[in-house]
Amino acid sequence: MKKSIEEIEKIREIKSKELELRTNKDFTGARKDILVCHGTGCTSSKSPEILEKLKEIIKEKDLKDINVVKVGCLGLCSKGPIVIIRPEDTFYSMVTVDDCEEIIESHIINGEVVQRLLCKTIDSKEAIEKLDDQPFYKKQKRIALKNCGIINPEDIDEYISVDGFKALEKVLTKMKPEEVIDELTKSGLRGRGGAGFPTGMKWNFVLKEKGEQKYVVCNADEGDPGAFMDRSILEGDPHSILEAMSIAGYTVGANKGYIYVRAEYPIAVTRLQIAINQEREYGILGENIFGTDHSFDIEIRLGAGAFVCGEETALLESVEGKRGQPRLKPPFPANSGLWQKPTLINNVETYANVTRIINNGADWYAGIGTEGSKGTKVFALGGNVNNVGLVEVPMGTTLREIIFDIGGGIPNGRKFKAAQTGGPSGGCIPEKYLDTPIDYESLKEIGSMMGSGGLIVMDDTKCMVNLAKFYLDFTVSESCGKCTPCRVGTKRMLETLEKICEGNGTEKDIEKLRTLADNICKASVCGLGQTAPNPVISTLKYFEDEYREHVIDKSCRAKECKNLTKIEIDPEKCKGCDLCKKACPVGAISGEVTKVHEIDQSKCIKCRSCLQACPFKAIS
Amino acid sequence: MIKLEIDSMPVEVEEGTTILEAARKVNIDIPTLCFLKEINEVGDCRMCIVEVEGRRGFATSCITKVEEGMVVHTHTPSVVEARKAVLNLILSNHNRDCLTCIRNGNCELQKLAQKYNVQNVDYDGAKTSNEIDDKSPSIVRDQSKCILCRRCVGMCKRVQEIGAIESTNRGFESTISTADNQSLNDVDCTFCGQCIEACPVGALHEKDDTSKVWRMINDKDTFTIVQTAPAVRVGLGEEFGMPIGTNVKGKMVTALKRLGFDKVFDTNTGADFTIMEEANEFIERFTNGGTLPMMTSCCPAWVRFAEKNYPEQLDHLSSCKSPHQMFGAILKSYFAKKYDVEPERIKVISVMPCVAKKYESVREEMEVDGLRDVDAVITIRELARMIKQRDIEFTELEDSEFEDPMGEATGAAAIFGVTGGVMEAALRTAADTIEGKSLDKIDYEAVRGQEGIKKATVEIAGKEIRIVVASGLKNARKIMNEISSGKADYDFVEIMACPGGCINGGGQPIKSSKIRATKDVRQLRADSIYSIDEKSTFRKSHDNPIIKTIYNDFLEKPNSHEAHKYLHTTYHKEEKYNF
Repeated sequence: MKKSIEEIEKIREIKSKELELRTNKDFTGARKDILVCHGTGCTSSKSPEILEKLKEIIKEKDLKDINVVKVGCLGLCSKGPIVIIRPEDTFYSMVTVDDCEEIIESHIINGEVVQRLLCKTIDSKEAIEKLDDQPFYKKQKRIALKNCGIINPEDIDEYISVDGFKALEKVLTKMKPEEVIDELTKSGLRGRGGAGFPTGMKWNFVLKEKGEQKYVVCNADEGDPGAFMDRSILEGDPHSILEAMSIAGYTVGANKGYIYVRAEYPIAVTRLQIAINQEREYGILGENIFGTDHSFDIEIRLGAGAFVCGEETALLESVEGKRGQPRLKPPFPANSGLWQKPTLINNVETYANVTRIINNGADWYAGIGTEGSKGTKVFALGGNVNNVGLVEVPMGTTLREIIFDIGGGIPNGRKFKAAQTGGPSGGCIPEKYLDTPIDYESLKEIGSMMGSGGLIVMDDTKCMVNLAKFYLDFTVSESCGKCTPCRVGTKRMLETLEKICEGNGTEKDIEKLRTLADNICKASVCGLGQTAPNPVISTLKYFEDEYREHVIDKSCRAKECKNLTKIEIDPEKCKGCDLCKKACPVGAISGEVTKVHEIDQSKCIKCRSCLQACPFKAIS
Repeated sequence: MIKLEIDSMPVEVEEGTTILEAARKVNIDIPTLCFLKEINEVGDCRMCIVEVEGRRGFATSCITKVEEGMVVHTHTPSVVEARKAVLNLILSNHNRDCLTCIRNGNCELQKLAQKYNVQNVDYDGAKTSNEIDDKSPSIVRDQSKCILCRRCVGMCKRVQEIGAIESTNRGFESTISTADNQSLNDVDCTFCGQCIEACPVGALHEKDDTSKVWRMINDKDTFTIVQTAPAVRVGLGEEFGMPIGTNVKGKMVTALKRLGFDKVFDTNTGADFTIMEEANEFIERFTNGGTLPMMTSCCPAWVRFAEKNYPEQLDHLSSCKSPHQMFGAILKSYFAKKYDVEPERIKVISVMPCVAKKYESVREEMEVDGLRDVDAVITIRELARMIKQRDIEFTELEDSEFEDPMGEATGAAAIFGVTGGVMEAALRTAADTIEGKSLDKIDYEAVRGQEGIKKATVEIAGKEIRIVVASGLKNARKIMNEISSGKADYDFVEIMACPGGCINGGGQPIKSSKIRATKDVRQLRADSIYSIDEKSTFRKSHDNPIIKTIYNDFLEKPNSHEAHKYLHTTYHKEEKYNF
């Protein structure tokens, strides 16, 4: 049934009371909501089974006022599946189906927290009970992720209860398109897809274009290795994206929207479709929304997994059903986009900020962040860091805060070596820049980029040449093949890196890499090619000594490059237990029992089986 | 008009002009590789990059339009270095057996490498592919030479709208491929050969049949007869550096004689037979309620296109064989008997501006009494190679005439080489035949010119005949769709697969992207053809004395039983894909 503004308001009133125990920390009452994370990470560790089990036990025990709710990603993915009990805010981690009985019995019925399921601090191993007390959440500010982990993403009424569609209503009934753009411009919001183009300006370009037919597109083709910011937003709060797209449609004069989302995001796709269906049912998508002249509908287009389709013009080609290859710019999509019509294209996270800005005002938003970069940024924190997961921090937060305070530092007592931001288009940042406040400009200055928000931490066991090789390997397989520099150039760079890692590199190869990188950046058609050499350029900039070690000394200090690594037994530590000899698959180790053993380097295949076998850590 | 500055020179050009075109105006030759005017304007190869003041990164000059006040630098150190790097990268994934390449000396990549002084290829990494597809009788695809400029794709997909080839795979693994990577022989390719004309390197070329022809010439027991198509004489000279469209008929005949062929005849005589048969077939259909519109059938790529795409419409095609096939059949029957040569000893070699003719000559139907009409087909390019191989100084040759008894053909036959020519020639004969007298009207201006589709109505003996002339397979498809949907009310349709007709055939000399962009190659060759027509003694096929003689002595009359045996053929449905 189509709902009027009044009817929506009514739902909001009723539902927000129902959800108070989740949103209001001071809520008192007997009701409890058990929130079970249903992000992709937790889902793959069986959170849907946990949800069913909890429901089953509650039914069995005939417990009243206990709700089990499916929610979006809570961020701390390495500790999933996560279960939170509200209003008390108890945070259970790594829950299994077998723990459900105890959670209900002990926590819900007897009011006793299940201590063994609580998160422990990294240093002191102390249990932390509440979500708010987790160091992981302390420095975060959730704007884009505001509703993730709070509401059921498949229930439009829950979205309505947390100010859902208020922004759309406000825009449609009280604001002119120019006012929306003014608000966005004042807020200082910049594109979260990576390049940081001012959002208000972009919307204005499309508004100013003449033409009956315009389009609004959402770029949800998140492709950076290790990045899952957009996925989590779509999974946890799909309506906020649809609402923002509708606002965009009204503002620029478009009646049709497309969400281009990877087919590898099945949960996001399902929830988006559910959300679209629900909004159509309520008349929030469709003709004459809220009785105004604004009509808007959205269709999902699935991407088939090509990284280049994250590039906006290649994405448009793909939406049109063509081979995903970038177009030459100009013309920009704002002038000639989808089917040559003026098209607004923004990334998921950009849209996620729009409703918040409309609801809370540009000044509020502009008060967060740095001079040139306002608001927050979501990062997918991964690699050699204790708390792998999704974090949202104000612009200007330092890398050190993200990695050490939020991320809990480097595991296994290793040393921080570098962090890669911006995925394959970005660069690696060495330790000396850990205290740089992160924003678009500062990252560019130190040779990296914001990118869409992938943040991979590396410890001292990572070889920087090998890292560059990893990213080049990625771009080589993801290059669309259209232009020469990217198609052939990245392949030649990869081959050169392989040569260096295999121990056959020369100093000349380093120079070759540098020249090639420069020319690929300058001559490629699209952003993919223009930024593809960045991992090489930045590792060469900060870790050239490692490259030199590879080509001159033929050694890899991180011991990642097998051909440049010697596996040796420390005679001081070896007790002659013979276990390494037994573990060696090629008979490269000799030595009598109780005597110091030795590795024959000519036979060793560097499989590292002996390292694992040695109980005395004598082999390295 | 837009004013801009290129390399410190003021330039004034019309709005919509590209930087590349503007630069050429002031004699700056920005290099290109993937650019083919109006056919492939994609900016992929990155050779044409230039610096534009105030713009981030390089601009792609082949597609970037000029703007007022633009300041362009075409050869800054940075641009030149990048171009060199790009060339180096292309070369690193290119089979560099240049000395033995069919395009040696006429390769755009080779020229650029030379121009940019690329003396070393810096990378010796992987190569994409070394696949060679030589299954078809017409076209060879050598992937090891392909530089992925996609000019062939633009030609096949956008000009011809066939789409037999397309980019597949991604990144370094990208290749130009057919459906399921099958041979061109087994997919929807029509063998028009326009892709060869588009290719800047040796990745696409005709199947070379010169060795086969040399063997025939050198075999003492074989009586070789060579025939040359109407459009050969206006293209061949270009292979020897002569101006585009030069009519080199006399030198060509001399060269062919020197090559050692036993007889040198003109396919134009065959074309006169075609007109006799086709005009009369049309009159028969037109007056007795046969299937209309009747469509010409002298272009084998068009025939293959029709067989693959419109099998249910094949009864529209004239049953006439094409001129060189008709002529081959006549040579092995009438000529053999009259001049007492055992037909089994005769080998007919056709020199054609076409690669589809190679396919046509091996079609099963193309034989009479177990004797193949034509035994070998070579393109203009192959003939040029043979002449060069024999060290004949072509440009210095004296002229000579085609040999008796087939002698000189008519102007009607000459214009077969250009779009509209077959129609015009047929109308000249049909009009005289229907009216029963020799009319003064010879020129049918409405069917001349380079437009893709030309429609007209001509009045003969008080009856209106609705005609249409289409060239280029894109246009052929339009006409066929009209016919299929019942919207067409034409009586007579001429179709040629190559845009502009045989003067722009897939066997013509290959012109560089720059020449294609700056010279009207088609028009120059067409003008030359029309001037041959104008200067001809006879301009109507039925006036040709040898034609009259042969009908009297041998074929009786057009469309007789004998004529059908030697000069007509059949068509059949071809599967679009055979795999």
